[in-house]
Amino acid sequence: MLPIPYRVTRRVRETADTVTLAVAPAGPDAIRRHRPGQFNMLYLFGAGEIPISISGDAERGELVHTTRAVGAASRAFCRLEEGDALGVRGPFGTHWPVDQARGRDLVIIAGGIGLAPLRPVIDRVVNHRGEFGRVSVLIGARTPADLLYGSEHATWRARDIDVRVTVDAAPGSWRGRIGFVTQLIPTLRIDARAAAAMVCGPEIMMRFCARELRALGLAEERVYVTMERSMKCAIGLCGHCQFGPDFVCKDGPVYPYARVGPRMLIREL
Amino acid sequence: MGVDATRTLEQAAVIDREGLALLLTGLRDDGYTLVGPTARDGAIVLDELDGIDDLPAGWTDRQEAASYRLERRDDDALFGYVVGPHSFKRYLHPPRVKLWQVRRRDDGMEFSRGGAAAPRYAFLGVRACDLAAMRVQDRVMIGQDARDPIYAERREGAFLISVHCTEARSTCFCASMGAGPVADAGFDLALTEVLGERDGEPRHEFVITAGTPRGQEALRRLPSRPAGARELEAARAGHERARGQMGRRLATEGVRALLRDNPESPQWDDVATRCLSCGNCTLVCPTCFCSTVEDTVDLKGEHAERWRSWDSCFTGEFSYIHGGVVRPSTRARYRQWLTHKLSTWFDQFGTSGCVGCGRCVTWCPVGIDLRAEVAAIRRRADADEPARATSSTPDAGSDA
Ligand SMILES: Cc1cc2nc3c(=O)[nH]c(=O)nc-3n(C[C@H](O)[C@H](O)[C@H](O)COP(=O)(O)OP(=O)(O)OC[C@H]3O[C@@H](n4cnc5c(N)ncnc54)[C@H](O)[C@@H]3O)c2cc1C
Ligand code: SF4
Ligand code: SF4
Ligand code: FES
Repeated sequence: MLPIPYRVTRRVRETADTVTLAVAPAGPDAIRRHRPGQFNMLYLFGAGEIPISISGDAERGELVHTTRAVGAASRAFCRLEEGDALGVRGPFGTHWPVDQARGRDLVIIAGGIGLAPLRPVIDRVVNHRGEFGRVSVLIGARTPADLLYGSEHATWRARDIDVRVTVDAAPGSWRGRIGFVTQLIPTLRIDARAAAAMVCGPEIMMRFCARELRALGLAEERVYVTMERSMKCAIGLCGHCQFGPDFVCKDGPVYPYARVGPRMLIREL
Repeated sequence: MGVDATRTLEQAAVIDREGLALLLTGLRDDGYTLVGPTARDGAIVLDELDGIDDLPAGWTDRQEAASYRLERRDDDALFGYVVGPHSFKRYLHPPRVKLWQVRRRDDGMEFSRGGAAAPRYAFLGVRACDLAAMRVQDRVMIGQDARDPIYAERREGAFLISVHCTEARSTCFCASMGAGPVADAGFDLALTEVLGERDGEPRHEFVITAGTPRGQEALRRLPSRPAGARELEAARAGHERARGQMGRRLATEGVRALLRDNPESPQWDDVATRCLSCGNCTLVCPTCFCSTVEDTVDLKGEHAERWRSWDSCFTGEFSYIHGGVVRPSTRARYRQWLTHKLSTWFDQFGTSGCVGCGRCVTWCPVGIDLRAEVAAIRRRADADEPARATSSTPDAGSDA
């Protein structure tokens, strides 16, 4: 339950409110190796502790988090500089079923900061492109200025990944798509009987994605989504993250939609 | 439960008030911190005790939904009441405890574990439902992959002296939950208080059984005699009296599926018109385990601490995430609480989260009784009453 001392080794400003920090152990101790989709509890002296997904390549060994400043603690994280200290507990939770997706077509759909926990999956595809069939990445953002990891899209495309971007609203100079990310789904060319999908974004967006994917013929057992709930302990002890019978911190955050979809329809569960 | 208790009663001994006093001083001499019932501020509460004189001799309680009152008994019984607002959870899973501290130094941060070592507790007056509640919390706090070291340390060292109930209140329903009124295992020693007369002499004795080797050892040091047929009969009569006085049952058959399958029961709206969302029920419940954390920093900004304290699913902050509270309505909070207790607890921990102690019934300021709520949900499900029209399709507008 004790955080392990870490230090910021690299800082990238992604957008006006989002920062990526790479961190490394400050002493002899380190957390266990993570799997794509897992998260850590990040502690900042005096500012609190918050759950943040691991947003970097699980194979390269670098521990990366991308944080959007929305409140006191996340804002403080976004202000950290190279060399600053933080505490890390983790990795926690379930992971994207990347291994099961091998040999299949793969659809990755992200809304906003939801791209962060999916980037380790994209990294995996980039590094082992031959293991996967057709791979599409559908990205939705509020405005073009809110797009995450924009400089990497070209790398992804170069590895034969079909990257498509859409925004809710844009200035006149934007030549890309405007609209909901769900609208891109019917145009996907995939073998829906075998394909897997991994979706992260607001609950309502994930629900509509699952519906569109089902219309394409993708079974809900092969559509994976992540749940977000309040988390204080991340180890099944504090009760905050309960979602019906589940503790999202250990039974989630990554779930097959078939398991959580019906529960998402129950208001205020 | 009754069968085992009868079996252990066969090896029972009898001690008197003096023997009990010796047991308590002996445990204190052995270094235990003695915790048990005492009368204070109009209630039987739990506190650290010096010895037998701190027990609520001659007091009894009257309990009903939303009401609790102490009264004098016409005898000097030491355990002539049932459970009060406190439970031993206060000592095993403290209301507020330091998890860790961190020192900021030039070269980084240094984390270290919380406060001083916990005392070794001897708990006196642990009722059958209290023991059952400990078994439930054991599964939560030390039965998962992540063990809580704070709970583990306190629980593993504790010496437990049970008291089998010889009375019950209308709020009690431990028998429905298979938790009491007689504890069958999990204690070091168990007492049944026997008051009466013999040959015109008033008698005040305790039929005592040991449940562990260290309980046996403690018992051996006391002046005692083997229990005879009369004492055993008196003890059994007391247990039967408690069973008979028990309040309405909680119909447990199918309750797990009932609550799982009726998240939109109109009864949730009904209870929400009465529930104040005060969280009393969660605070008095011996199995509720939820907690929150708080970070403190000293003035110089060099030393910070992380404290854990009890939390309640009835507060708004409990489910707060950026963007809003997941359960803003009292309807959703009461549903979360009751469904967790009687349904999803099974999914999580393989047991009911309710042991039938009745505390939440007594201490609810508006007298909400979970037994009645379950019965009403069942009635409405059987009658197939329609759910509130708006509740089954959230954000229906945007679904088009
Ligand atoms: C499994 C998981 C993974 C996440 N991954 C990321 C990520 O990769 N990048 C990112 O920017 N955000 C992520 N979040 C959301 C992030 O944890 C919240 O934005 C953050 O906790 C907000 O804290 P705050 O103090 O800045 O905000 P405030 O609104 O001031 O929150 C106060 C407190 O409420 C709690 N809280 C508030 N919002 C949330 C929330 N959304 N989830 C859980 N607890 C909350 C926290 O304890 C927080 O300290 C993730 C959340 C979860 C549950
Ligand atoms: S839910 Fe009520 S009756 Fe059941 S264990 Fe908790 S306080 Fe006791
Ligand atoms: S059920 Fe009673 S005790 Fe529990 S929150 Fe509602 S009013 Fe308070
Ligand atoms: S975050 Fe504490 S139980 Fe899941």
